[in-house]
Amino acid sequence: MSAGSRLENANPTIFQRSGERLLTATEEDEDAHDPIDDREIFDILSINDPEHPLSLEDLNVVEQVRVKVDDAESSVGVEFTPTIPHCSMATLIGLSIKVKLLRSLPDRFKIDVQITPGSHASEEAVNKQLADKERVAAALENSSLLEVVNQCLTSRSI
Amino acid sequence: MKQALTLLHRLSAHPDSRCWYVSWNPSGTLLASCGGDKAIRIWGREGDSWICKTVLQDGHQRTVRKVAWSPCGNYLASASFDATTCIWKKKDNDFESLTVLEGHENEVKCVAWAPSGNLLATLDEEDEYECVTVVNSHTQDVKHVVWHPTEELLASASYDNNICIYREEDDDWECRATLQGHTATVWGLAFDRTGQRLASSSDDRTVKIWKEFPNEAGQGDSSWKCICTLSGYHGRTVYDIAWCRLTGALATASGDDAVRVFKEDESADPDQPVFSLAAQVTKAHDQDVNCVAWNPKEAGLLATCSDDGDFAIWRFQEEE
Repeated sequence: MSAGSRLENANPTIFQRSGERLLTATEEDEDAHDPIDDREIFDILSINDPEHPLSLEDLNVVEQVRVKVDDAESSVGVEFTPTIPHCSMATLIGLSIKVKLLRSLPDRFKIDVQITPGSHASEEAVNKQLADKERVAAALENSSLLEVVNQCLTSRSI
Repeated sequence: MKQALTLLHRLSAHPDSRCWYVSWNPSGTLLASCGGDKAIRIWGREGDSWICKTVLQDGHQRTVRKVAWSPCGNYLASASFDATTCIWKKKDNDFESLTVLEGHENEVKCVAWAPSGNLLATLDEEDEYECVTVVNSHTQDVKHVVWHPTEELLASASYDNNICIYREEDDDWECRATLQGHTATVWGLAFDRTGQRLASSSDDRTVKIWKEFPNEAGQGDSSWKCICTLSGYHGRTVYDIAWCRLTGALATASGDDAVRVFKEDESADPDQPVFSLAAQVTKAHDQDVNCVAWNPKEAGLLATCSDDGDFAIWRFQEEE
């Protein structure tokens, strides 16, 4: 997606992707209860960066260590790290992560998406906005904003 | 003495969507629900069950966030994310759209009738047909507004963590007091029967009780002070709070899926009240509980609604 003529961070550091998930014997067993784990959530988050033809994983915006899942408690917490502290896309990235999780996970999950502490100038304001379900609901009824979010969530071959 | 909340009815009110709010009519015979499916449904009791009497579908283009009955019970106001407020008039068993109030630039998140029925407060403020005033005291969006039970005094809760109290002064509505204390968005407000105390619920997972104290000099504005904080009970945001005018019980709706009822210790000093948890249902709904509403006529009858699209009716009672 082209986000204006000038990129905020024109030359971001690109990171090595994590390898394929290794399946264990219990995971292959259809009868075993298989709780949702950090890696599965991380795999769901293969979201495109709004500015670059790269995924959030390539840019280390999302990392598996910053995904916390408690299947028994039905809670998922994700911290994301904008590439630069003044990234104006932070709210959009957070919203895209939240929407992806809302669409992918069973309804019982409580989903918290926050900025990695200390990584963004407006951390508190962005976190507050992402935590407000009324604002999130209203934003997702805005068709132009929803279109941008869906573009971030559309799988893309690079 | 043991107290309990018993489930009486559970109905899918807004299937495949969320139910944002429920409101009893003044006689307690009808319940209006609204939700993310842009619809309003009116529910009534028939024998032992609750049935949907009518669906108001064509009024709004987006989520209907809140509904409020006029004090006479003949009108219903609905606030929507589509930036309008609709007034519906009850006609026999049906409702017709009387008027659509425009004037908000953004989502209308709340609506409330003044006790006299002459004034209607929306996220800002509007008269039935003519906007009497626009009050702009909060630095961020307003989440909820409630009227004092007897006076024309209005309280609003906001994303800026504060509560504002407004009174009319020389034809103008002014913010007379700002209540600071919550550390996150204030979502819910409820006056007690007398209007001397106000309960607030917040994203900081606490409930606070505020009381109006007359100014020491005996002149000017009275001041509101926080006289009690309930913390440690709620696991997530407390989205709504309702103070029963008949029993004094305080009910809360929380994002931790639970419904809780608190009772006041009657022997405590009214200026330093003590509230204790009288009953709770930890899995009251499958998802966030958005609203709690006490029936205005039948003591102990409580309606709740949730992101799971359901509304439920409970009985709170003291067991021998």
